[in-house]
Amino acid sequence: MVLKAFFPTCCASADSGLLVGRWIPEQNSAVILAVAHFPFIPIQVKELLAQVHKASQVQVAVLGTWCHRRQEPEESLGHFLEGLGAIFSHDPWLQLCRERGTRFWSCKATYHQLQGTPTEDQVMLIFYDQRKLLLSWLHPPTALPDCQAGETTASTGGLADIFDTVAHSEVLFRNDQFDEGPVRLSHWQSEGMEASILVELAKQASGPVCLLMASLLSLLSAASACRLWKLWPLAFIRSKLSTCEQLQHRLKHLSFIFSTQKAQSPMQLMRKANMLVSVLLDVALGLLLLSWLHSNNRIGQLANALVPVADRVAEELQHLLQWLMGAPAGLKMNRALDQVLGRFFLYHIHLWISYIHLMSPFIEHILWHVGLSACLGLTVALSILSDIIALLTFHIYCFYVYGARLYCLKIYGLSSLWRLFRGKKWNVLRQRVDSCSYDLDQLFIGTLLFTILVFLLPTTALYYLVFTLLRLLVITVQGLIHLLVDLINSLPLYSLGLRLCRPYRLAAGVKFRVLEQEAGRPLRLLMQINPLPYSHVVHTYRLPSCGCHPKHSWGSLCRKLFFGELIYPWRQREDKQD
Amino acid sequence: MEEEKSFSDICGGRLALRRRYYSPYCREFGLSSPRLSLRSLTAVTCAVWLVAYGLFTLCENSMILSAAIFITIIGLLGYLHFVKIDQETLLIIDSLGIQMTSSYASGKESTTFIEMDKVKDVIINEAIYMSAKPRLDCLIEVYRSCQEILAHQKATSTSP
Repeated sequence: MVLKAFFPTCCASADSGLLVGRWIPEQNSAVILAVAHFPFIPIQVKELLAQVHKASQVQVAVLGTWCHRRQEPEESLGHFLEGLGAIFSHDPWLQLCRERGTRFWSCKATYHQLQGTPTEDQVMLIFYDQRKLLLSWLHPPTALPDCQAGETTASTGGLADIFDTVAHSEVLFRNDQFDEGPVRLSHWQSEGMEASILVELAKQASGPVCLLMASLLSLLSAASACRLWKLWPLAFIRSKLSTCEQLQHRLKHLSFIFSTQKAQSPMQLMRKANMLVSVLLDVALGLLLLSWLHSNNRIGQLANALVPVADRVAEELQHLLQWLMGAPAGLKMNRALDQVLGRFFLYHIHLWISYIHLMSPFIEHILWHVGLSACLGLTVALSILSDIIALLTFHIYCFYVYGARLYCLKIYGLSSLWRLFRGKKWNVLRQRVDSCSYDLDQLFIGTLLFTILVFLLPTTALYYLVFTLLRLLVITVQGLIHLLVDLINSLPLYSLGLRLCRPYRLAAGVKFRVLEQEAGRPLRLLMQINPLPYSHVVHTYRLPSCGCHPKHSWGSLCRKLFFGELIYPWRQREDKQD
Repeated sequence: MEEEKSFSDICGGRLALRRRYYSPYCREFGLSSPRLSLRSLTAVTCAVWLVAYGLFTLCENSMILSAAIFITIIGLLGYLHFVKIDQETLLIIDSLGIQMTSSYASGKESTTFIEMDKVKDVIINEAIYMSAKPRLDCLIEVYRSCQEILAHQKATSTSP
């Protein structure tokens, strides 16, 4: 097999010296990490390598020699380099040589067999960018759905080994050729150590800040979990309002971000960063909304417009009921039942209107204070909007419940009496339909009731249909708002930004490019990082959401609507939390 | 060593297969599709603008014309960036792997690299995945070269 030598592009212009790196025998490849320059004492080089091996568990060794001939070829250097092979015995021994005036290198790999006659092998040079490889995280494509990218400890495949080798050899990169240590090395930090003052300051400051925020947040969580909230009316209201849900979700996020534990893996770090960016964006958008609302007296305009709108909606509902009480769409309704239901619902609307008019002087104040809560985030403001819509359309919800219950009762009555009509009965013990012999008077009353219910069915069904459609409309509007909140909550903005600005950090794999070639010289390839596609980034790093998706499919929804069972589109949200 | 041969695809259009032997164990095959023709581009643009002008005379709203121009530009950019494949390349490197690159008309390149451990064999499946849709003779050419390299790789990997 061809021997693959992975050479860092930063060392291509380094002076002559020893090649330091790791040999992977399963793939017949040598990963070169650094070049150690002359002069050096072999014992010290071996000591340094042993230290690195102990600190990083990477088996670094001297793999061969690197010769960079800037002037005319020196024969003495050649013999000196040959002699080094005897001191640092490694099988195979690589000899890379670069001459002045030509772009092509000469490479030799010698295997010292036990028999004594050395055999040579063909070498393939693969250049790689050390800094980019060090900073990138490989996302294996065959990762199982449960296992997270970057946390796989058992790396499979050759590429993962190479990524691991470079990533874990950070200890080796701490000394460079300008240090006063015993050995002078050349690698990607040879131009000088890379560091940033802002990053260092942030690291120093993050400790106390995290401690402070963690204590504050624990106080808040303790306050929200206290027994006072578990009393019946408060607990019930709390479970129904989506604002409380959203606030709790955000509180959880914040306590995760400011926890005093360091991130255990790259995945956790990305999660923290994504949550932080999401919270910051949320608050920024919320403040924007707040400034827009409080300028130009918009709150006043909104409050002034609210009561007429509620009046208008109630008027439209009254028209609708009058229409239903007449002959809607040409259908003939049962006059008595129609009048009863119609009057009942009209009275409800009258109550609702009086209630709204009672509240109207306070609406502006309430809105002003509620608008202040937008500074907690845009998601909180949207949740409050969704809750306000739910409160304002409460009468539609009530009508829907009345209509649905009536219809449901009718349907069950009809099905039971239909069975009686045919001489059958529902056996509760056996959970099946059994035949049954009825008495004559039972049959008589049963048939009477059955006919009554059948003839009253169109009226009830029509009321049920109209109010269900209205309720579905309100649910759709609320659902759209929740979808938007969900999007803001779960979009991994930090990962997307990283993919946009530093694509080499999220790697899906590598790609090779064949460089200019000359016959007789070894093949030269350039290995570059293949970044992860955007869809994979979103899929891998998306944050867990509130879980307010409807739990049932279209089929079960239609079935429930037909039988008159009440539909709760986002119930049992607590079950879906991670 | 570079060779270029001309084949035809299943619709009868011309395709060019470019073979490059970099070394005994590294080969590259490039298949280039015919470029975007000016004639079809002009035809589509004229059709869209005629429809837009017709709607404009009905509705008297100048937004329709600007919308039509916008749609044409965005549609063309989207087509060039996401749909129109200029060239497809297959690079085989012995003991390293197989790499497939598709380069789009806007310059975007999308690459997939499969390591040699994960490659069991190269077979000719129905050519519904390649956008260039070459005929069987072209595919046989590529298939033979791939099998040569794979056989060579298997021989050297089993030898001590």
